[in-house]
Amino acid sequence: MSAPTVLTHPITRFIARRLLYSAVVLFGVLIVVFALVHLVPGDPVRIALGTRYTPEAYEALRTASGLDRPIVSQFFGYLASAVTGDLGVSFRNGDPVTVTLVERLPATLSLGIVGILIALTIALPAGIFSALREGRISDAIVRVTSQFGVSIPDFWMGILLITLFASTLGWLPTSGYRPLFDDPASWLRHIILPGLTVGVVAAAIMTRYVRAAVLEVAAMGYVRTARSKGLPPRIVTFRHTVRNALVPILTITGIQLATLLGGVIVVEVVFAWPGLGRLVYNAVAARDYPLIQGTVLLIAALFLLINLLVDVLYAVVDPRIRLA
Amino acid sequence: MTTPNDVDGARVSSWRLLARNPVTLVSSLILLAVAVVAVTANWIAPYGVNDIDVPNALQPSSGAHWFGTDELGRDVFSRVLVAIQASMRIAVVSVAFAVVVGVTVGIVAGYRGGWLDAVLMRIVDVMFAFPVLLLALAVVAILGPGVTTTILAIGIVYTPIFARVARGSTLGVRTEPFVQVSRAMGAGDVYILRRHILPNIAGPLIVQTSLSLAFAILSEAALSFLGLGIQPPQPSLGRMIFDSQGFVTMAWWMAVFPGAAIFLIVLAFNLFGDGLRDVLDPKQRTTIEARRREQ
Repeated sequence: MSAPTVLTHPITRFIARRLLYSAVVLFGVLIVVFALVHLVPGDPVRIALGTRYTPEAYEALRTASGLDRPIVSQFFGYLASAVTGDLGVSFRNGDPVTVTLVERLPATLSLGIVGILIALTIALPAGIFSALREGRISDAIVRVTSQFGVSIPDFWMGILLITLFASTLGWLPTSGYRPLFDDPASWLRHIILPGLTVGVVAAAIMTRYVRAAVLEVAAMGYVRTARSKGLPPRIVTFRHTVRNALVPILTITGIQLATLLGGVIVVEVVFAWPGLGRLVYNAVAARDYPLIQGTVLLIAALFLLINLLVDVLYAVVDPRIRLA
Repeated sequence: MTTPNDVDGARVSSWRLLARNPVTLVSSLILLAVAVVAVTANWIAPYGVNDIDVPNALQPSSGAHWFGTDELGRDVFSRVLVAIQASMRIAVVSVAFAVVVGVTVGIVAGYRGGWLDAVLMRIVDVMFAFPVLLLALAVVAILGPGVTTTILAIGIVYTPIFARVARGSTLGVRTEPFVQVSRAMGAGDVYILRRHILPNIAGPLIVQTSLSLAFAILSEAALSFLGLGIQPPQPSLGRMIFDSQGFVTMAWWMAVFPGAAIFLIVLAFNLFGDGLRDVLDPKQRTTIEARRREQ
């Protein structure tokens, strides 16, 4: 048997398989996004124009958006444009959708990343602690507390935080966003409350996964072996258990980040945060279909991309995955 | 290994196991109270939900108005009760939709296998690529805001999870010896599905139903908060919180009580679902019983 080359190496094959799978799902996502405007009962152009309707404006928008062409031609046109990064123009103001999305992305990314950092800061210690105390009263307290976090409506928590820390105490601004590179201090002051809102809910979910991951590793044979060799519990806990649990924890962190990017819609509305979530919310209210399509496509694509990266990283770190 | 027995020698019933966990017991009592409120809200509400009484606007909690009044002098307590009813109705109907469609798809995919399974599961994968609220927003964008849309949106959003759970469980049961034997004895597909598959996958599905009801309540509240779900003048918990934003520093009760209602209901469904999982998941069940007997 010859040594594996780069092309036949299991990890290359794994990545190729995973890429193909993501491409298939992305194609499905594209079909759904394309279908969105065609599923609208009635005429989307007419609905979007609303009170601004005139026969001339109607014809102009219909032609500009390509909705006058046969549906198959429209789909391949949409596909071809989307691949080259052209997502059409807004029904409302005629701006290119791609440009708007690029403008709004940093705000959502910074909120998602700060949220996930806050979540990790809480979930890592809480989950590990809970797993090491499995079945005891302190474990039960952590588990029920994490249920509290999962059950809080995020917009309600946001409003309560604003009321307490902004309106009443005046420590932080009530809403708004400053770009990080314009004024880091102001960026931080603006992001604390929305970041905390996003982070606490994510922390509650992640605590449960961290706990499960640590428990799963703790049940492994090599952990028992390490313990029976007489290694000090501290070494067994950190070197054998927690270290190996970091791989599944990494996966759930990635998935959680991907979920956050699309899940911050309501929090962005509460904090007047100019990200993708508020963009899609306003687009739905205005029936601006190209903008809705573009945002939904971008968020779903980001979700798939992060999942792909996490899976590949997982396979690189843990050789067992590739063989499965 | 012996079969886990209770004192009288009978197998421990699921209900008794459930009732033994204090967290599950408390959460099921809360859910019972919520169900009673949902059914009787219109009779037990002390005021009409749209009885405007401007001279008594923004009053704090009192004997006359337990949860205070809003900016138009409407009774917050009455509005919360009726909003709970609307919330529960949407959650139950939409999750029922998700269960029926999702479980059908999942069982067919898991039982038939092959290309049908591959196609159905890729569709499920595509649906999972959209974050829940975003997918719901897309449905609202198509159908316009309102209660029916909300039900459909939440129903569609939670369908894939039931498809996955049902498929996974079906795959696990399909290869069990008792199913193989039944088939060898000439049993038809419908018989096997009804007699063997459904009863054996019911546990995980019931757990998922409880958890999905929790998330359906949250999703409905979020959609109504955004003005895309239940439309005024019909009260909704989400919209009450939205409307409270301008008054929250002077009338905290306008935000706190509707939010607390959502929180409590969602928490109860989540904790109840967790308790159910401990009892209905056979693997977990043996660990609980084993642990109990060790003590």
